Amino acid sequence: MALLEIQNVTRRFGSFTAVDQVSLAIETGEFFTLLGPSGCGKTTLLRMIAGFDLPDGGSILLEGADLVDLPPERRPVRTVFQSYALFPHMSVEKNIAFPLVMAKTAPGEVAGKVEAALEDVRLTGFGKRFPHELSGGQKQRVAIGRALITHPRVLLLDEPLAALDAKLREEMQIELINLQKEVGITFVYVTHDQTEALALSHRIAVMNAGRVEQVDTPSRIYSFPRTRFVADFIGTCNLLDGSVSARADGLVSIDVSGLGKVVVDDDGAKAGSSGSIALRPEKIRIAAPATESAWANRFEGHVTDLLYLGDVTVYKVSTAGGAKLEALMANSSAGTTRFFEVGDGVSLSWPADAGHFISA
Amino acid sequence: MAARSAKLGKWLVSGPPLAYLIVFFAIPTLIMVLASFRTPGDFGGLAPLVEDGKIDLNLDSYARFFTDAVYAQIFLKSVAYALVTTLCCLALAYPLAALVAGSAKRHRDLLLLLVILPFWSNFLIRIYAWMIILGPNAALARTVNGALRWFGHEPVPLLFSSFAVMVCLVYVHLPFMVLPLYANLEKHDRALLDAAQDLGANAWDRFWRITFPLSLPGVYAGAALVFIPALGIFAIPDILGGPGDSLIGNVIKQQFLETRDWPFGSVLSIVLTVAALLLAGMAAWIGRRNLGAEPARA
Repeated sequence: MALLEIQNVTRRFGSFTAVDQVSLAIETGEFFTLLGPSGCGKTTLLRMIAGFDLPDGGSILLEGADLVDLPPERRPVRTVFQSYALFPHMSVEKNIAFPLVMAKTAPGEVAGKVEAALEDVRLTGFGKRFPHELSGGQKQRVAIGRALITHPRVLLLDEPLAALDAKLREEMQIELINLQKEVGITFVYVTHDQTEALALSHRIAVMNAGRVEQVDTPSRIYSFPRTRFVADFIGTCNLLDGSVSARADGLVSIDVSGLGKVVVDDDGAKAGSSGSIALRPEKIRIAAPATESAWANRFEGHVTDLLYLGDVTVYKVSTAGGAKLEALMANSSAGTTRFFEVGDGVSLSWPADAGHFISA
Repeated sequence: MAARSAKLGKWLVSGPPLAYLIVFFAIPTLIMVLASFRTPGDFGGLAPLVEDGKIDLNLDSYARFFTDAVYAQIFLKSVAYALVTTLCCLALAYPLAALVAGSAKRHRDLLLLLVILPFWSNFLIRIYAWMIILGPNAALARTVNGALRWFGHEPVPLLFSSFAVMVCLVYVHLPFMVLPLYANLEKHDRALLDAAQDLGANAWDRFWRITFPLSLPGVYAGAALVFIPALGIFAIPDILGGPGDSLIGNVIKQQFLETRDWPFGSVLSIVLTVAALLLAGMAAWIGRRNLGAEPARA
């Protein structure tokens, strides 16, 4: 039995369905992320787990027990809010001690626990400060320390890094991973930032328009998106529309308009079915025109645009048939900033296992 | 050139109100301070300042205030009335302000308008209206006395009593408590209450540990706005009070208009002003201490 089970949960606001028949099973000790664009229902789902909102249908079970009758203050679940929500009239110590005081912890034990919590979030010595005297990252750590001090079964995090700048965000991501490993508490993390989701999570649920599109590990989500939406939302992806023309020897041939026959590994696509091939730009090799390739797919084209990004260069290539593809090339040799110029003819190739067919 | 015209502009803007305050507040206050050290005239007013080549300034009126216990008693009674008024206003205004602050944005303006609606009619007229409401033949007095008779008690007059004074004091000052409290509560961050609840606080703890401490600046502002005017009020006890309900404001008025002892009236006024300033200062000091290092945010 999973620690947290969400079964067919639906939440409507008037005629708008924010969360539509969502079912998820989150395991003990997991770092689970709800990922999706704004308005996809991820925050509504989180608020229902915390108890601030109630589902119109379905149930939320924690260790097999339905949470519906428990108000937020009695759920063994804590939330880290996007705005941190530190109490401005209380010192860091008092903020962190708040859940202990609410839980009627013996006064003698509070100081020691607060001290330990401060150490956990690397804020030893900051106990007497007030929230307005802290930086964004420090406030965030106080909020996390405060939420973890009573050892909840689940910690909910609502876009906790959204207000931090890029450098600090990366630092905090590493801290979050380590902290989660250390305390072993299940984290349910909400974000719209796909790189954050990929970096932090054990598993990701990609949400769109109130529904879960795919639940998988980060690498599976990235490499084997199950829907066009997932492929498009996570990273950049070439989406080649076509229909299956033949299946043989574990390979599928797909007729792609403007390109021709593309071969991908067979993962159960039906002959005649139409859909899209998801092909990541970094999996395409870009070479001089007519370069021989051992790979199953090779197409000629010319560069229409390029973006030099420092570590990599993005080439937009138009094929003879008019298909447009994006290919990525690492700038591995120093000094050479670009291997091809706009207008140059190029040869694009990729192996059969690089693409992934998504049935429509 | 530009600096000079900027300076001139500053004086043009702040000059008139400053002049107004000097002429109508600072100078009269100084005249009153001076008057408090002089001798009352034989037929009221003030005796001549210079008599037989000597300047006549003395502490007689101050001595009278501090030796005649009756004035200190009235003074303390006034402080007690003002305190009770402030507490009653706080108890009534807090839920009201919270209700307005918590209601939908489109309703707030209307609710606030209702709070300040009494200001649209004259202060004295509103006090006289209470004479009618509390009068012996009005429905209220009849109901109360009917109930008292049923329990075998003697009927009580509602009008011309401490009760009437108290009710009207609270009524008149209530908006001055509601408005600063509303201004404070309206700015509270809803997320703080969610966080408190999430961390295990029930409704009472959320109010007592989050909302109330954060609303203290509003509480102090409202308390000052109610307490200070309530301390010096004279119209309400005059119109609605009985013979025993004279407050310090009534005594001051009496000294100036009836007894015509201007020096003693001045002394009472000065004591009242100093007491109000001290109490307001004390409230501000306590307020700042309670808020710790956190500056008042709302």
